[in-house]
Amino acid sequence: MLDAQAMAQISETSVAVELETSDMTLNIGPQHPSTHGVLRLVAKVDGEVITDVRPILGYMHRGYEKISEVRTYPQVIALINRIDWTSGYANEIPFVVAAERLMGIEVPERAQWIRLILTEMTRISAHLLFMGSFPLELGATTPLMFALRDRERVLDVLESVTGGRFHPNFNRIGGIKPAAGAGKEQKKLTQDLPAGFFTETEAAMDGVIASTDQLEKLLRKNEIFVARTKGIGVLPPEVALSYGVTGPNLRASGVPYDLRNETDYLPYDQVDFEIPVGTEGDSFDRWWVRLAEIRQSANIVKQAIQKVPSGPLQAKVPKIIKVPKGETYVRAEVPKGVMGYYLVSEGGQGPYRVKIRTASFSNLSMLPWILEGVIVPDLLAVMGSLDFVLGDVDR
Amino acid sequence: MMPIWLALAKVLLAFVVGLGVVVLLVWFERKIVSDLQNRIGPNRAGPFGILQTVADGLKLFFKEQITPSRVERFVFELAPFLAVVPALMLFLVVPIARPIEITLDGAPYLLSFAALDINVGLLFALAMSSIAVYAIVLAGWSSGSKYPLIGGVRGSAQAISYEAAMGLSMVAVVMWVTTLPGVTDMGAMSVNEIVLRQQGTFFPDLLALSWIPQWNLIPQFPAFVIFMIAIFAETNRAPFDLVEAEQEIVAGFNTEYSGMRFAMFFLAEYLNMFTMSALAVSLFLGGWGGPFLDTIDGWAATALSFGYFLFKTGLVLFLFVWVRATLPRFRYDQLMQLGWKRLIPTALLWLILTTLVVSFREFGAPWA
Repeated sequence: MLDAQAMAQISETSVAVELETSDMTLNIGPQHPSTHGVLRLVAKVDGEVITDVRPILGYMHRGYEKISEVRTYPQVIALINRIDWTSGYANEIPFVVAAERLMGIEVPERAQWIRLILTEMTRISAHLLFMGSFPLELGATTPLMFALRDRERVLDVLESVTGGRFHPNFNRIGGIKPAAGAGKEQKKLTQDLPAGFFTETEAAMDGVIASTDQLEKLLRKNEIFVARTKGIGVLPPEVALSYGVTGPNLRASGVPYDLRNETDYLPYDQVDFEIPVGTEGDSFDRWWVRLAEIRQSANIVKQAIQKVPSGPLQAKVPKIIKVPKGETYVRAEVPKGVMGYYLVSEGGQGPYRVKIRTASFSNLSMLPWILEGVIVPDLLAVMGSLDFVLGDVDR
Repeated sequence: MMPIWLALAKVLLAFVVGLGVVVLLVWFERKIVSDLQNRIGPNRAGPFGILQTVADGLKLFFKEQITPSRVERFVFELAPFLAVVPALMLFLVVPIARPIEITLDGAPYLLSFAALDINVGLLFALAMSSIAVYAIVLAGWSSGSKYPLIGGVRGSAQAISYEAAMGLSMVAVVMWVTTLPGVTDMGAMSVNEIVLRQQGTFFPDLLALSWIPQWNLIPQFPAFVIFMIAIFAETNRAPFDLVEAEQEIVAGFNTEYSGMRFAMFFLAEYLNMFTMSALAVSLFLGGWGGPFLDTIDGWAATALSFGYFLFKTGLVLFLFVWVRATLPRFRYDQLMQLGWKRLIPTALLWLILTTLVVSFREFGAPWA
């Protein structure tokens, strides 16, 4: 017969001899099929539960900030297209606006509206890419194909105006680059958008809205999708704010912060749109917010088409652009969040210093926080829902 | 007694059918998935790209087989064989066409088209599908690398969980066919026998309903659903393809494999898909049975029944492909929950229910 004391002793020893397990260090990336580039994560896993994760950046550092110091302003525009290659056009805007403000140039209305249309179309194409890549992280291949099909239509329209699909390099300081005909006289007459651009864009937007419906039908009530995303990777608003998370990731956490409403870099105050906001801040909300933003952007484009005034595409600027001495900071809402350029000019042909604030870098900075305690299959699902691009992180 | 040459011929036939179907199946899957995804799919090699699989196979055949330095060599080389051989063996018990009366050495002989017509056929099938798990576990372990290891561990846990549900649903079927009215002998563990007992119709006397075939699908529908889910997990297909979840663990257990060894894993996956579909057809969908088989005889009927078998298997395979193109992947713990908390209890409940019905049928209701 065992008394209580002996029982307690036995149970204590059994705890003490419990099987000892050691954590495994899992090195994910930089060559992993789904790290969106060359992110390296060093994760400590206990079974499949992650106890600690350390993102290691810099595999894609291209030194754009430094290169910008030895390039002229038009050359820098070509560089910053490549920071976040999924939204090349939107990247150009804050930099160009910063230079224009220092120079005191008033950009013609028509150019501003066309910038707005193209920015929103870039947002649609970037979010459509997410609509494909995020379900792919969860093992669903079909949404990728559907999303890419309609992204292609948007890119076709973008290409018809800018000549580029990923890196349009379409903005000029003082306006946009006009599509020019041959000859001096011809050039003056035809300095405008290609014929039929507005009808084509409108058709593409209708296609995009139909496509979002299709994507929603495919996934929103899919039980596996919901089980994989609802309540996974929850990001509370205060944590998101403290890490400087911006863009759809922040809005999914319930903070209606959108620079399109806050600043005046483009005439967003003249169009109606809503800011979709999530409630839970989980992966599902991040997916849903982006889906809703595609619809809002398509609506913005449709409204903007009606409002484009006629007029010149470019303000009068000198042949050789020199920005007067001064410094300014311009932020813009790009698809991934807030992108800002702190531009310092010493009066030369190129910037003295450009500090680039990219959305993905701040969004990625809270990876160790959000990934602690998730299990390996969720690791990449959560990372995918944050939608960052490594070029945007390292620049 | 079956002469040895006939046995060999049957085995050879089974292999030819199995491997031939796999070659077509890979193409079929890629074509269907591409149709579902607004793509064109393979269209270069041969008409409609039908030779794409052959081209891929040839390519892999001539590729270098890389053996990383940290592998456990013997096991590493054994694992691909452990994957392919059970998959081929499993197919042996499945009857692919209607038996035919032939004359052998002057005596009439009933030639069945299951290469291995044994009275424990289903147990054999279960055993073979269990062995196939070793391939995944051993491949994952012997690769000496972390992602394969995770894949291997996942594979073993998954297979054990779903094997139980699959076995339970099979038991219900066996009980049902063993006690069909008018059946006197037992011995319905043989797949051939199970198929034979599904021929005929439920209501032969009612003219309006006499077309409904006596397939186990109708009385055993819950078992069919459980079986289907279980074979998706058994064959590691989407949405249960966790062992090779590309987005998470690169290629899972076969990350370190290349060349022909990889091709063997690939082959085994599709062979397993095919054999499991064939098993599902045999257990629930009447095997090779179909209309008009009784109106013609001889080899024509056998050929037609083979056609029915291929058609039904094709339908089940289409389901595999359709699901793959539609659904995201389960998470590992969700997969376990589905297996242990939903499938196995449901299978047990259904087994109890079947037991009751079967015992009433055999011994009469207690109130009668």
